[in-house]
Amino acid sequence: MKRIYTKEEYCIGCRLCEIYCIFEHSGHQTLVKAFRDEENLPEPAVMVEEEGPISFALQCRHCEDAPCVAACIAGAMTRDPETGVVHHDAEKCVGCWSCVMMCPFGGIHIDLEEGKVVSKCDLCGEEGIPACVLHCPNEALVYE
Amino acid sequence: MHRLPDFKIPAACGTAGILDRTGRRFNSEDVVRAMSVMRERGNGLGAGFVVYGIYPEHAEEYALHIMAMDQAGLDRLREYLPTALEVVHDEEIPTRPTPTIHDEPVLWRFFVRVPEKRLVGVEPRDERDYLVSTIMFINQEVEGAYVASSGKNMGVFKGVGYPEPIAEFYRLEEYLGHLWVSHTRFPTNTGGWWGGAHPFDVLEWSIVHNGELSSYGVNKRYVESNGYPCTLFTDSEVISYMFDLLCRRHKLSIEMACLAMACPEWEDIDREPDLTRKHLLTLMRQTYAGALLNGPFAVIAGYDGGMVGFCDRLKLRPLAAAIKGDRSYLASEEAAIWAVDGEPEESWPIDAGKPVVFTLEEEKVASLAHSC
Amino acid sequence: MPLSLIPAEFNVQRDADLCIECGVCTRQCAHGCQNIDPEDGSVSSDEKLCVGCQRCVTLCPTGALQVVQRAEQGRYHAVWNTGARRAIARQAESGGMLLTGMGADKPFPLYWDRLFLNASQVTNPSIDPLREPMELRTFLGAKPDKIEFDQQGKPLTKLSPQLELEIPVIFSAMSYGSISLSAAMSLARAAAESGTYFNTGEGGLHRSLAQYGSNAIVQVASGRFGVTPAYLENSAAVEIKIGQGAKPGIGGHLPGEKVSADVSATRMIPQGADAISPAPHHDIYSIEDLKQLIYALKEATGYSKPISVKIAAVHNVVPIASGAVRAGADIVAMDGVRGGSGATPTMIRDNVGIPIELALGAVDAQLRKDGIRHRASLVVAGGFRNSADVMKAIALGADAVYIGTAALIGLGCHMCQKCYTGKCTWGIATQDPYLTKRLNPEIGVRRLKNLLRAWGLEMKEMLGGMGMNSIDSLRGNREMLRGIDMTEQELEILGVLPAGR
Ligand code: SF4
Ligand code: SF4
Ligand code: SF4
Repeated sequence: MKRIYTKEEYCIGCRLCEIYCIFEHSGHQTLVKAFRDEENLPEPAVMVEEEGPISFALQCRHCEDAPCVAACIAGAMTRDPETGVVHHDAEKCVGCWSCVMMCPFGGIHIDLEEGKVVSKCDLCGEEGIPACVLHCPNEALVYE
Repeated sequence: MHRLPDFKIPAACGTAGILDRTGRRFNSEDVVRAMSVMRERGNGLGAGFVVYGIYPEHAEEYALHIMAMDQAGLDRLREYLPTALEVVHDEEIPTRPTPTIHDEPVLWRFFVRVPEKRLVGVEPRDERDYLVSTIMFINQEVEGAYVASSGKNMGVFKGVGYPEPIAEFYRLEEYLGHLWVSHTRFPTNTGGWWGGAHPFDVLEWSIVHNGELSSYGVNKRYVESNGYPCTLFTDSEVISYMFDLLCRRHKLSIEMACLAMACPEWEDIDREPDLTRKHLLTLMRQTYAGALLNGPFAVIAGYDGGMVGFCDRLKLRPLAAAIKGDRSYLASEEAAIWAVDGEPEESWPIDAGKPVVFTLEEEKVASLAHSC
Repeated sequence: MPLSLIPAEFNVQRDADLCIECGVCTRQCAHGCQNIDPEDGSVSSDEKLCVGCQRCVTLCPTGALQVVQRAEQGRYHAVWNTGARRAIARQAESGGMLLTGMGADKPFPLYWDRLFLNASQVTNPSIDPLREPMELRTFLGAKPDKIEFDQQGKPLTKLSPQLELEIPVIFSAMSYGSISLSAAMSLARAAAESGTYFNTGEGGLHRSLAQYGSNAIVQVASGRFGVTPAYLENSAAVEIKIGQGAKPGIGGHLPGEKVSADVSATRMIPQGADAISPAPHHDIYSIEDLKQLIYALKEATGYSKPISVKIAAVHNVVPIASGAVRAGADIVAMDGVRGGSGATPTMIRDNVGIPIELALGAVDAQLRKDGIRHRASLVVAGGFRNSADVMKAIALGADAVYIGTAALIGLGCHMCQKCYTGKCTWGIATQDPYLTKRLNPEIGVRRLKNLLRAWGLEMKEMLGGMGMNSIDSLRGNREMLRGIDMTEQELEILGVLPAGR
């Protein structure tokens, strides 16, 4: 399956990937509207790590042998055997954070207030190109 | 006579050349008949002829055909000439009044030699270089005089009109030569200038040309930086200097000279399997980029040893070649060749960029040289 | 610190209706102008610091930003305009020379815009580049007068070494040091993949660029930085840099901040030390000395590479260029008053030298007159913006054109002219690792190749339109040019007729 790879040497730390991830999952038609709707502003599933000149964007790797799926006690984390995409079902999630502890990449993000897993990369562009990859200005994210 | 233009005038044209390879001489009738077929190709604003082998009695002297604006122009030339050259004989070029021909210049011919003393201290000691610079000097500095041709045993007859009346005007039926080349012109402007008609000539090289060189500026600069100032703003002038430069001064064979002027495209050179030839072509293009003729052209070049026809690399202008008996033909249209002597034994359209050279048979050339 | 009196140059306009306070602009601005408030995440700008590089504007995801040059400030004065006053204020505060980057920004006459190209109509057909091969291939180097053959018809003449270009456009000298490695890499690879050349400038050849040596014109400048036998060996041609259009008559100065470990290794100077190129070559005080260096380099490279001499176009460019040809240069490169630089004193950049068009017109004509034009190729530089400029230069007599600024704009440069600060927000003229990352050479190579390809297509179209299928037929073909808005003297120097004649 195709995955998103990050090229740390070209990541410029602009965080546009985060911004477009939020927009993509906001359900709004325009970027500005998405961000004006602060109540429902989703958390980005991609996070940019930065130290000095070094930065890179990180999101769920959709591991083949996904430890989060194995660890999930509620059956909320599943891996589609056909596409290989690891999905999270918020309805089923009980907020135990077992997946968070198991993910070796820090690809799962939580909402402290609600106590549930709130964002996880869903390879939004399964049909095309994920939003973060599409909008990375420096081709530091590639989907291949 | 009209003044010389100071800009370039495009023209379309008809051309024909007839060579008797054995050196047998014949008069103008045949070439005039060939030209009559191509009346469409001219508009009466310029036509001309060059004949080789017409002055056997003066074969050792250079024949300068002069067009002078007026008597004063000729007088100025008369004053200048003896300071540069030894005039062996001179006379008016005979003409007859012809209905459609007017505004003619003063026409005169001088048979000249280059005095030995002129070459003292000149390197290389080549009288033809000296003659070329003398002709350039006349064309540029002697006001009102222009050298129409300057080879040995040959001459250019040209003017404003269709070919037939021009031939009649110059009484060409009275001349005998082994090579006749003619040209009719369709200049795109109205003012006809006698000197602007073809052929163009420098020493033995005479050029008639159908086409328009888009590379004119490059070629002009190339010959100019080699000592041939261009005064006439025509492609043919440049091509005639180019032949003189490449064949005489650079000692290239005629085929090589034509190759320099119409070298294959890089695409073909890149594909050339014969590495020696590939090397040669690369060298030619690099060295002779300034000589490369671009744009549509079909040229007939006459010289002491025969005539050569060649066309541009895309063959944008027509030129046909044919052979019948002792004669070789070149013409813009094959019909012109048929008009002279019926169906040729062999005829073919000239290939893009590939010269066709018709030469006098060796012994004839030798005997011609000795006969005088 | 007393109040700075330097007027701000730009207005940073942020549309509050569009700004989502994402902070992208604050992360992109390397000049400290865009700031995010750590308390409430609001964004604001300190306009005095803005250099107008447009980085924030380009990256802002909502199009909320506009950075525009301020109108004249205070009472209008035609002489003492804001620019003039700003320069004085800068100097009154710093006590230093005014520095700048890129080429002169004064509205000098652009002769390219006063020249028109020709096209065929009726009397000779134009040639369709889609149907016929159109040749842009160009060779740079000395050409023989003629070819001599032996008895068997084999050519005896040997050609001097030549550079073979598939398009007569070369990337001009930009040293690693003045530009980032990503930028240098982009130029080198794009040149190699497009069949042309790049020029190392005087900064040596970085080891990662060694593989592009056969497309490198390596410079030997007065500072001799990075010049080793291997450097000369691993090149396509060697260029002696005498002068540069952006700073004729003065040397170069790469500030120590730009001399990173890598730059120091490539230039072979201590890290952090200023790299000073003296104004003259101290072994060239005359034309004979130049000849010696030309032949020393020919000897050093076994006569296997063309030697170029690059000069700035100054008043007596004609005898200088002709002298360089007679001294044995295979290529003479001339850089006009609009030529660019990574760092140059503003007063020099904007006031010294002459436009390249006039220099080219005069030099080409003189070399032809002297019958030595074929002994060297002419490469011209200094403000070539597009394929038409290139075509006009070739029609005036150039063999090829050097492009610097156009290539950098292709890479993303927005002409803020702050190259000398080392803070290029586009990752081009900087060694700051945080900024150099912004130029991904994969993208850079693609963009430069596209640029050359696009120019090539246009050049072929124009050539075909003029009824030619080879660039050889345009070189020096001034009949293909007509001028407007020029004095008779300018027309005469350019050797072209006025439009209508
Ligand atoms: S958008 Fe690209 S360059 Fe910007 S932070 Fe994300 S990965 Fe890095
Ligand atoms: S980048 Fe644009 S939207 Fe983001 S904070 Fe800056 S101005 Fe606002
Ligand atoms: S300096 Fe450049 S990035 Fe900074 S505010 Fe000005 S235009 Fe934007």
